[in-house]
Amino acid sequence: MSPRLLPYALILPVTLFLCVFFLYPFILVSQQAFGSADGWSLEHFRDVVSYWKFPISMQNTLLLAAAVVPVQLALSLLMATMVTRMQKGRDLVLYVWTIPLGISDLAAGIIWLAIFEQSGFLNSMMVGIGAIDSPMPFLSYQNPGIIFLAIALAEIWRATAIMLVILVAGIGLIPKEYYEAAEVFGASPWQRFLRVTLPLLRPSLQTALILRVVLAFEVFAVVVALGGSQFPVLMSEIYAYQFDLQNSGAAAALALIVLAISIVFTLVILRALRVPKGATI
Amino acid sequence: MRGDLQKDTNDMAEIQIKNVAKTFGAYQALHSIDLAIADQEFMVLLGASGCGKTTLLRIIAGLETASIGEVWIGGRRVDHLAPKDRGIAMVFQNYAVFPHLTVFENIGFGLRMAKMPNDEVKRRVERTASLMHIEQLLKRYSGELSGGQRQRVAVARALAMEPDVILMDEPLSNLDALLRLEMRAELKGVLAESKTTAIYVTHDQVEAMSLADRISVMHQGRIIQAASPIEVYRNPAAQFVAGFLGNPPMNFLRAEKAGDGKWNVAGETVDGPRGAEAPLQFAIRPEDMQIADQGLPAQVRLVEPLGAHLLVTCDVDGTMLRAVLDSDLSLKAGDHIKLAPQPDRVRWFDPETTKAVA
Ligand SMILES: Nc1ncnc2c1ncn2[C@@H]1O[C@H](COP(=O)(O)OP(=O)(O)O)[C@@H](O)[C@H]1O
Ligand SMILES: [Mg+2]
Repeated sequence: MSPRLLPYALILPVTLFLCVFFLYPFILVSQQAFGSADGWSLEHFRDVVSYWKFPISMQNTLLLAAAVVPVQLALSLLMATMVTRMQKGRDLVLYVWTIPLGISDLAAGIIWLAIFEQSGFLNSMMVGIGAIDSPMPFLSYQNPGIIFLAIALAEIWRATAIMLVILVAGIGLIPKEYYEAAEVFGASPWQRFLRVTLPLLRPSLQTALILRVVLAFEVFAVVVALGGSQFPVLMSEIYAYQFDLQNSGAAAALALIVLAISIVFTLVILRALRVPKGATI
Repeated sequence: MRGDLQKDTNDMAEIQIKNVAKTFGAYQALHSIDLAIADQEFMVLLGASGCGKTTLLRIIAGLETASIGEVWIGGRRVDHLAPKDRGIAMVFQNYAVFPHLTVFENIGFGLRMAKMPNDEVKRRVERTASLMHIEQLLKRYSGELSGGQRQRVAVARALAMEPDVILMDEPLSNLDALLRLEMRAELKGVLAESKTTAIYVTHDQVEAMSLADRISVMHQGRIIQAASPIEVYRNPAAQFVAGFLGNPPMNFLRAEKAGDGKWNVAGETVDGPRGAEAPLQFAIRPEDMQIADQGLPAQVRLVEPLGAHLLVTCDVDGTMLRAVLDSDLSLKAGDHIKLAPQPDRVRWFDPETTKAVA
């Protein structure tokens, strides 16, 4: 085969796979979202957006992402720096820290439910040490703040490691000589982090943040396990439209809205963390 | 050139290294190093790869801590200080020019860290950039520079600090031969102008000879000899130094005692040291021999014309010996010749201690 065609031939299988399992369903979903009894229309979008649960589920999703992602970013940077500095036991620590990655999000939700529910670990412990007299219903509708906190905690526990793994790999690629140069020229450890690590980590930070933000908009199982109907998010609304209300047009429209939000955030992150023109990192 | 790049002349920056040793686990990289470097001296640490040059330089810089020993700079003990408090600047082997900063910000990095005002940063960056002839590159990123230009940025960044001491770890080893020659000359000029004390690490003896005020020849974690280039070349303190310097290096022949101050070398009687009894090594540089009627009997094995002269490899009493001879001679393999060593250039070494014998 001619060398000019070879690369295209090699990416053909992947392209086909993506067409069949991404592009085609995407077109179907779009058809459902924009379709109606009389041809193309925005009817489903209007319905979805004007429904009373839309603003609250949108707000919940955004608030959760805003609470969780920055904490995860800071935590994963801290953990990645610590792992990188470690001389011995580095791999072991990394394995332990990434265990939550191997657990499905529903299972993660259930684990945290077992901690927070009325007969859960937290209650038995607090009763046991005498902090409270009787178990408290943390996750009831009277405590929306605690529900939010529990979901945020579970998400942080579950999904920080995905950023950690990407950042550890990224930090490992930064030559040690840059740190030594920075040190010789007077940069403190904190300045070395700000002036060497962060800028040189930009490509990894982009990947990690995009992945994490997009996943944050798709948060579902953890929320359902811990908040049930108390804490509607966009994904649980899509689920409700599709399976409870049997309105697949509305479900498709909402799914496209989530996709649009994800794309917007991806572009924002790419722009915010772009490498200056001419700089090679 | 601008005089204001010269550092304050009261500010003496002599360096003393006292009994410094370094072990990595069970491996001893440096053994009891003692070295004094004068203010404004250009000291070259010369030695083969793995002999501990970088380790010693990093201990002086503060990037590595010595297992034992002291480092003094300008009369101040510095081995407990952070690198930035030692009054040093460093040029790294791979330049370490930050890829995410422009040339301007790279050169100004240390000044910014020292919280220098913007106009002073600008002044110093522009001055050192013009000194290194890179003023037209200030807005570029390191990815847009050639290796030689990156090297200039690395040197400019160090000079901009106006340090007492500038440390360089094989700064030219990544450049091609022609550029290396050019940069070598330029570095020498710039550093002399800045009146900075310099420690320069290299494995290239030609570089060492051409740059150094003094050379410290290192071998297996020890400094074997620290002296001026010509002294190191003419009067090597040990057989290792004699064999390391010079291209081709010094020749050695076994010598047996043949009387008071007389030594038998390959059947010839040669004047030599009086004190010694045991056999010695007779040593002579290839360029210090001539064909004569009287001399060491040699059979030519290989003749390599090098233009300016002939490099002749001969067999002298079973030992291979190289001589640099006049290129007008017509010699061929198999010829029998006599090689006369220039008497004042002959050196003697004790094969037991490998030290020079007078
Ligand atoms: N961080 C380190 N850990 C273990 N061994 C090291 C370390 N740094 C250097 N060495 C060893 O010390 C010796 C001297 O190294 P180095 O100073 O880099 O030599 P040079 O610069 O002369 O080539 C080498 O054998 C090297 O393997
Ligand atoms: Mg080295």
